Amino acid sequence: MLRRALLAALSLFCLAASAYAEPLDDGLNDLLGDSFPQTTKAVGEIAASGSPQSSAILDAMANGRALIDAANHRIVLKTDKGDWVDAKTGAPIAGLDEGALKKVRVNNGVRTAIGAAMGGLSMANADPAKRREAAEQVFKSRDPKALPAIEAQIAKETDPNALASLKQARAAILVADDSAPTAQRVAALADLTARGDEDAENLIATAAASAKDPEFKAAAAAALAHTQRRLAMISVAQNLWYGISAASVLLLAAIGLAITFGVMGVINMAHGEMAMLGAYVTYVVQGALPPALQPWSLAFAIPLAFLTSGLVGAGLERLIIRRLYNRPLETLLATWGVSLILQQAIRSLFGASNKQVTSPAFMTGSFDFWGVSITANRMWIIVLSLAVFLGIQLVLRATPFGLQMRAVTQNRRMAASMGISTGFVDTAAFALGSGVAGIAGVALSQIDNVSPNLGQGYIIDSFMVVVLGGVGNLWGTLLGALTLGLANKELEPYIGAVQGQITLLIFIILFIQMRPRGLFALKGRAVEA
Amino acid sequence: MLQATGLALGAAMSLGALAAKAEDTIKVGILHSLSGTMAISETTLKDVMLMLIDQQNAKGGVLGKKLEAVVVDPASNWPLFAEKAKELIAKDKVSVVFGCWTSVSRKSVLPVFKELNSILFYPVQYEGEESERNVFYTGAAPNQQAIPAVDYLMSKDGGEVKRWVLEGTDYVYPRTTNKILAAYLKAKGVADADVMVNYTPFGFSDWQTEVTKIKAFGSAGKKTAVVSTINGDANVPFYKELGSQGIKATDIPVVAFSVGEEELAGLDAKPLVGHLAAWNYFMTVDTPANKAAIEAWRAYTKNPKRTFNDPMEAHVIGFNMWVKAVEKAGTFDTDAVIDAMIGVAVPNLTGGFATMMPNHHITKPVYIGEIQENGLINSVWQTPGTVVAQEWSPYLEGSKDLLSDWRKPLSCGNFNVKTGKCGG
Repeated sequence: MLRRALLAALSLFCLAASAYAEPLDDGLNDLLGDSFPQTTKAVGEIAASGSPQSSAILDAMANGRALIDAANHRIVLKTDKGDWVDAKTGAPIAGLDEGALKKVRVNNGVRTAIGAAMGGLSMANADPAKRREAAEQVFKSRDPKALPAIEAQIAKETDPNALASLKQARAAILVADDSAPTAQRVAALADLTARGDEDAENLIATAAASAKDPEFKAAAAAALAHTQRRLAMISVAQNLWYGISAASVLLLAAIGLAITFGVMGVINMAHGEMAMLGAYVTYVVQGALPPALQPWSLAFAIPLAFLTSGLVGAGLERLIIRRLYNRPLETLLATWGVSLILQQAIRSLFGASNKQVTSPAFMTGSFDFWGVSITANRMWIIVLSLAVFLGIQLVLRATPFGLQMRAVTQNRRMAASMGISTGFVDTAAFALGSGVAGIAGVALSQIDNVSPNLGQGYIIDSFMVVVLGGVGNLWGTLLGALTLGLANKELEPYIGAVQGQITLLIFIILFIQMRPRGLFALKGRAVEA
Repeated sequence: MLQATGLALGAAMSLGALAAKAEDTIKVGILHSLSGTMAISETTLKDVMLMLIDQQNAKGGVLGKKLEAVVVDPASNWPLFAEKAKELIAKDKVSVVFGCWTSVSRKSVLPVFKELNSILFYPVQYEGEESERNVFYTGAAPNQQAIPAVDYLMSKDGGEVKRWVLEGTDYVYPRTTNKILAAYLKAKGVADADVMVNYTPFGFSDWQTEVTKIKAFGSAGKKTAVVSTINGDANVPFYKELGSQGIKATDIPVVAFSVGEEELAGLDAKPLVGHLAAWNYFMTVDTPANKAAIEAWRAYTKNPKRTFNDPMEAHVIGFNMWVKAVEKAGTFDTDAVIDAMIGVAVPNLTGGFATMMPNHHITKPVYIGEIQENGLINSVWQTPGTVVAQEWSPYLEGSKDLLSDWRKPLSCGNFNVKTGKCGG
């Protein structure tokens, strides 16, 4: 009798001691099974265990750092520093046979579960960005169980961004909950209106459609109308931004051509390949730089790409184009041949598959600017294209070389008799145009494939820009790029990308019929010919 | 006159030499682009074929004869495919051809293979709606790739997707596949408002507007997925844009039918973790046969990091089937081999057997994989067994009444069961 009582007391004691350890054990055991339904279940158990290890385990799982040590029947975690710890205790492990470990596999279902669980767990994280992320997770999952944690965090939140996200998460739960007090729900609508994106619009619309309370229904309808107005305005601004961004890529690709074709009158079909060379220079530079300099790889790549493509361009001019001046058809065919040779040369040298060019940290991700989502890589490309444009204008307007080049363009024989070496000016101008294409290639490597075909995708567009803008005028090229970019991006949401391109081509054909010399016609050699 | 005789003599002599040579080796034609836009995908297929032929010769060849590869380069130029095919069959007298990638290149060589009666093994997943006597299709038909992928996304494991974006490049494969998928989704009770079909031109590179559209379509409160039949070079900028706009696989998963490990090699895979690919083969499937094949391939190319992909496996299967059929027929004669092909079964690299069916398509397992941080694709789901190809989709008007059976006495690629006539 006594023994039995003792035993009962003992087991009770054990139970109390392992009060939170047990769900964690269950969770970890489920992970050992390595099947997706079990892993998803384990995520819930680990999150609910209340163990201080929970968030470390879930974080490791999400990042592929949780591994199964089948021999010892346990889960081990790899820390950021590369050390091994036991998942249950967090104690470091030495002398682990890494070859015998198997990763805990995760799929999208598990990832979603981890995200939702982390939302609850990292609500009080010391890092405001993590808190914000947690709030966003709750906003997506709309889990009413998270409400107390959110309220508690709102009360002591100091970071304004995290506070806004927390309030939106709370609003998402309240608006969807018919039993919550009307005053709270109406107040929640204001938080959602402040967020004002499509998710908020959808939440409000669903709530407005199903609301029974007349006061809330009216408030929701007003909030919905407000959000929709705002979204319509943002959409206009967003399309405008996309148009400018598309224009900047066109400008970069076309500006070199504006010099070689526009100013010199040479139809260079290998222009796209100069950009392709620039992209491969970026790839080579990234491979050659030590890790410490990687963030600055583009700063090295831009001048090198300019030099490489410029030199190839100069060689092309000296060896081929020079011999074909005033024979546009032969120039076209010869440069097309050169473009094929360059493509195949790169293919033989680097292989046919795409090369990976990494983006520096400042060129990844996007940020929100008054509701308009702005991607960092596109923004920097706009900056680069404007810098290149201004740089070339400066060269043409403010340097002796620019003066000579303009003189040769306007009247070659006169310029020659004034003592300008027209042959040198031709080579230098062609090198400049090609070099600028190389810079464009560095930018294109950030948004497009680095493959031997890179240039092909841009050559037609570049010619369209130059012809539309008016042969021989850089301002015309700028305007031509803007017209094409904006028109393309304004048409695309309504009639789709395929029809958009067709419409634009028809427009250009009609326009060239009416104004054969483009937006800005200039007197010069191109006109004489 | 003397000169002409000399020429004729020379020609006769070289012909004689050719004939003598043709007796001890059997020629195998390889018709893959080694230059131009398709070189990125097709060059590796040529190398795989060369490896397979080497391996077979090391085993003593076929029917006691050594195989000899004849490689031609159709240069991603569709009419040139037909010319090169003619050259292979008529001039080089090859017994069989392994080749083509795009549907248009296959369509361009079809008349040549029919006229000169030769055999083509086509290794790439395609839109179906075809069955020819002279062609053996070792890639997937839509029901062996697209439909299982949609089934997976509809299932609990796949996230119970309710809203669909069918995003494709504007040409025949995406258009046909999307037509089949739209009809299939409709049959599954998905409302028209929950399906968005969108096409972009070849080589499309500015995905900003399209990705924003997908984002907006996906924020309607129902789980949304993108089914991508985007082709070739347009994929990298598409995924880059998805990454920069922060669309995660847990929000809107993208399942792709033409993105494999080779294509991912040009990408930073970190923002893409969890996006999906549907194939009949993944390099990461852990079987001894797969391991051995990858090791052999890496040793052959002397590159310990080379990837192995779905169309490559299709060529392995196709080649093994051809060898078996030739041994079964006991001759290299085209008609005998075509007849012997049906019913031939060879092991898949990922387990199970591929069988050549009377419709000249093979049975295939279907895998759904998720992109990992290292750019490899891990299988997360697979069909319980192998799937038989429906070359004529039951979801399309005009093709649902057709069937193909190349066994005698039917011997027809498009037999209409309603009219009872061969020919559609």
